[in-house]
Amino acid sequence: MTEMQKLYLLVPLAPLAGAVIAGLFGWLIGRAASHWVTILSVAISFVTSVVIFQDVLAGHTFNGSVYTWLTTGDTRFEIGFLIDRLTAVMMLVVTFVSLMVHIYTIGYMREDPGYQRFFSYISLFTFSMLMLVMSNNFVQLFFGWEAVGLVSYLLIGFWYTRPTAIYANLKAFLVNRVGDFGFLLGIGMVLANFGTLDYAAVFARAPEMAGQMITLIPGQEWMLMTVICILLFIGAMGKSAQFPLHVWLPDSMEGPTPISALIHAATMVTAGIFMVARMSPLFELSETALSVVMVIGAITALFMGFLGVIQNDIKRVVAYSTLSQLGYMTVALGASAYSVAIFHLMTHAFFKALLFLAAGSVIMGMHHDQDIRNMGGLRKYMPITWITSLIGSLALIGTPFFSGFYSKDSIIEAVGLSHLPGSGFAYFAVVAGVFVTAFYSFRMYFLVFHGKERFQTHASHGHGEHGHGGKPHESPWVVTLPLIMLAIPSVVIGYITIQPMLFGDYFQGSIFVSGNHPAMEELMHEFHGAFGMAVHALTSLPFWLALSGAGTAWFFYMKRPDIPEAIKQRFSLIYTVLEHKYGFDEFNDWFFAGGARLIGRSLWKGGDVAVIDGFFVNGTARLIGWFSTLTRRLQSGYIYHYTFAMIIGVFVLMTLFVKG
Amino acid sequence: MIAGLSLLSLVIWVPIAAGVAVLATGSDRNAGLARVLALIGALAGFALSLPLYTQFDNLQAGMQFVEISPWIETFKVTYHLGVDGISVLFILLTTFTTVLVVIAGWKVIEKRVAQYMAAFLFMSGLMNGVFAALDAVLFYVFWEAMLIPMFLIIGIWGGPNRVYAAVKFFLYTLLGSLLMLVAFIYLYTKGGTFEILDFHRLPLTLTEQILIFFAFFMAFAVKVPMWPVHTWLPDAHVEAPTGGSVVLAAIMLKMGAYGFLRLSLPIVPDASHALSGFMITLSLVAVVYIGLVALAQTDMKKLIAYSSISHMGFVTLGFFIFNAYGIEGALVQMISHGFISAAMFLCVGVLYDRMHSRMIADYGGVANKMPIFAAFFVLFAMANSGLPGTSGFVGEFMVIMGAVKANFWYAFLAAVTLIFGAAYTLWMVKRVVFGAVANDHVEHLKDVSSREFLVLGLLAVAVLGMGLYPLPFTEVMHHSVNNLLSHVAQSKL
Repeated sequence: MTEMQKLYLLVPLAPLAGAVIAGLFGWLIGRAASHWVTILSVAISFVTSVVIFQDVLAGHTFNGSVYTWLTTGDTRFEIGFLIDRLTAVMMLVVTFVSLMVHIYTIGYMREDPGYQRFFSYISLFTFSMLMLVMSNNFVQLFFGWEAVGLVSYLLIGFWYTRPTAIYANLKAFLVNRVGDFGFLLGIGMVLANFGTLDYAAVFARAPEMAGQMITLIPGQEWMLMTVICILLFIGAMGKSAQFPLHVWLPDSMEGPTPISALIHAATMVTAGIFMVARMSPLFELSETALSVVMVIGAITALFMGFLGVIQNDIKRVVAYSTLSQLGYMTVALGASAYSVAIFHLMTHAFFKALLFLAAGSVIMGMHHDQDIRNMGGLRKYMPITWITSLIGSLALIGTPFFSGFYSKDSIIEAVGLSHLPGSGFAYFAVVAGVFVTAFYSFRMYFLVFHGKERFQTHASHGHGEHGHGGKPHESPWVVTLPLIMLAIPSVVIGYITIQPMLFGDYFQGSIFVSGNHPAMEELMHEFHGAFGMAVHALTSLPFWLALSGAGTAWFFYMKRPDIPEAIKQRFSLIYTVLEHKYGFDEFNDWFFAGGARLIGRSLWKGGDVAVIDGFFVNGTARLIGWFSTLTRRLQSGYIYHYTFAMIIGVFVLMTLFVKG
Repeated sequence: MIAGLSLLSLVIWVPIAAGVAVLATGSDRNAGLARVLALIGALAGFALSLPLYTQFDNLQAGMQFVEISPWIETFKVTYHLGVDGISVLFILLTTFTTVLVVIAGWKVIEKRVAQYMAAFLFMSGLMNGVFAALDAVLFYVFWEAMLIPMFLIIGIWGGPNRVYAAVKFFLYTLLGSLLMLVAFIYLYTKGGTFEILDFHRLPLTLTEQILIFFAFFMAFAVKVPMWPVHTWLPDAHVEAPTGGSVVLAAIMLKMGAYGFLRLSLPIVPDASHALSGFMITLSLVAVVYIGLVALAQTDMKKLIAYSSISHMGFVTLGFFIFNAYGIEGALVQMISHGFISAAMFLCVGVLYDRMHSRMIADYGGVANKMPIFAAFFVLFAMANSGLPGTSGFVGEFMVIMGAVKANFWYAFLAAVTLIFGAAYTLWMVKRVVFGAVANDHVEHLKDVSSREFLVLGLLAVAVLGMGLYPLPFTEVMHHSVNNLLSHVAQSKL
């Protein structure tokens, strides 16, 4: 094993070791030691990722196995790593955000009795996520995929005495399982048709399978690649919360805020985006699949944004904005702009983690009140949280020069250049989404940080021991430091990296774009440097939409708070639809959950208990019982009965004998 | 190899001899001695079975550790033992489970301790006998003898409705196996021998094959159990004491599946192919129908029992799609299910010993009072839902992969278990383990004792170990499975 290979192993194993120590021995080593060991392990992982990143930039990629997991038939399933440029950037994002969240957690979870358990879980999550992105084959991808789902389940239900939390985590797991159902079948189709689950081998053989047709329903021929890609994408829909499997993500806000930032904004939910980008050599072969991807993404981007407008829980506003941004990334994938999707994934990871952590800081400052209607004017009390939130919001709505601008604008441009069916709708959705995003982001921003102070002083709530007299207060440095550390890349990362990531050869060799989908090529011709792009944007539609969105929010919520109220009254039907989140939760609860329980009960009571047991099993027993009661009558014990029977018998036999 | 020559006899007869010794301790005044002797017997059985794995030659497809000596010479019945890559792991599973069951019953069983422990030791030896027997009569004797201790365990140490359950269990399984005996006798009249390996080579017409297939089917399908002859299992589990449920789920269910693989497939390959659609249908019904039924259960043991049936559906599905993924996946699933179902029943046992209730509704918020137990329970529940990294995933994954190869829609229906399995298992976890403390009884629960920790810990290691590194399990079976597949591919007509 070379030195670099040891480093590859170190990246996931360090957080695993931290998780095991904090999880199994946390009770022994105490709180401080538990957070130190996990923070140290993730820090090691981050530093190592930086080293590996530089090594990858120097041109050293790696694709090899660690150990053979299983052999069956003539197939070997390996656990192994693929370290290329796509992996390297994901490793950096995951370990950096994870490190920030680890530090932040010291402050956020300070009073929680499950402190060690929490650190153990988030380190375990980091391990799982790294195994997912570093995988060189489908099996390990699925491993990581389900493992992050497990940790997400454990963390959403972290406060397991709350009924809402344990409802949300079960829901999240099951909805993800629906996605995994498709994903696993997709993997099965790959194995059945390619004979291997190793990325490199599958991608190498993909072009020759391009024209392959299969028949799943008699008389219906489908392109093999379309079937495979759509099945795989169903997995991505679950994990990356795309319509209609998006329903679990808003409820996942029941988990503690640090994990909302880490898992449900920055990393895990982007696993689906990463996966599709990784599978670009397959998706490029099916325009049908790409169209599906784009339309699903567009629906998510626009319609989930609308829901953000009416939310009053600070975390739920951010959650819906995450859904909408994931939709943007998915649209980019559909437009064959994989590099743009990953680019937006990266910038989004920074500014959305920032927004979530800032929301958490506000929640702490507000003594765990999450309702933005009870806030207002917080900028005076929480200056660092205020400034960093503003930066995050500006990045999110795509203000020129901020990181979110570069990635989001590139998505809009790329979709505009796509010619696939559905791209017209997708273009409309992502452009309209800009206004919606700006509106709900700044609605929240103004309601929280500006205007009248609507909060009650919490002196009577028994928080007096903190000595801040019940007023909102700025959070300790372990909380504000990560905010600042995340604010920096939220501003600058786009400006620095757009050139190499989108228009340079950064993703050469790890992302494949077919010549039939020239959106990125055309985009490159229009690109004249990061500075020029931002200046040019000042005259473009998305910028003015963003500005008017933010302006409308200011006017509605700062100047004329009566207007939103009036709109709510006037358009109460729309409001009701939005408030019920288009009715998905009710429908799923009634149709799927209720239906399955009903069918289960009927099969049990009707099938097992009544028919099989009642009729056949116990019926047989009764039949035998009845028959033996009958035959018992013959054994009467009277000699003359037996003699009579005997005489009849002899008579019958003689008759037969004589005749014969 | 001198010791190796009689190794199989030892793993059969040492536990039985230990059982006799335990019985000899007599009444409950000597319960302590009975427990110690039983543990020694179980550990000896386990220790003796280890060389079967370590000295096993993975590269050989045929029978190993063979022992043969005449028994009833008039009918050419022999005492013929041997294991191949298909059966060897089950002997290890049996001896391992026996150790767990003895430890788990240590404090819980207070009445007729010697008889209880002895019954498990007898059963262990007899079950090893089933997996090792290569003579049909010997196989049949072990197969039927095994029922007696289990009948007693349910009937004596069981719950309130134990007699109904015990009789149902006994009659169901006995009726099935009688037809197997008829099939054996018919095969004897055709081939003049009771050697199972000779049966494999015996030419048979399709009609004969189909009749024999159904005779075997009656015996094995009941045991697996396959839908629709499964209804004895939930009753038996509910009434059986924890140890009985563990052995029933972990090993006895595997007997039926093993029978399909050792007898049905190779003896009547053409019938097996001809009827594979029928078998696959029943398997998929088990996966889907039973998965839904499990969702509706209110009794934890019934829920796990139904979950077992659903998981065993994967096993029979794997066998009848006739490819290496399917068969090896099914074998892996059998072993994994041995660990997981044992663990699940032991977990319910831990709760039952404290609260004397199996009803989900009587619990809630157990994690508040029993955090270590909750960690184990969630781990095993995840394994039961087939989470990667646990053994539960490996078999399901392999069978689904094999099913896609055979027919996409088989895989589609089988993969539904990904959703149903998680739904019924985790919903139960939610209602039992999570939430606020539900009532006073839960309030006074005490976390696992060191004895319970040991048993659950061993199973946790097994479940995770097999999930992360299943290679040692599949390596053993490769050659035997390939051999079987090529044998089954050849028509006997």
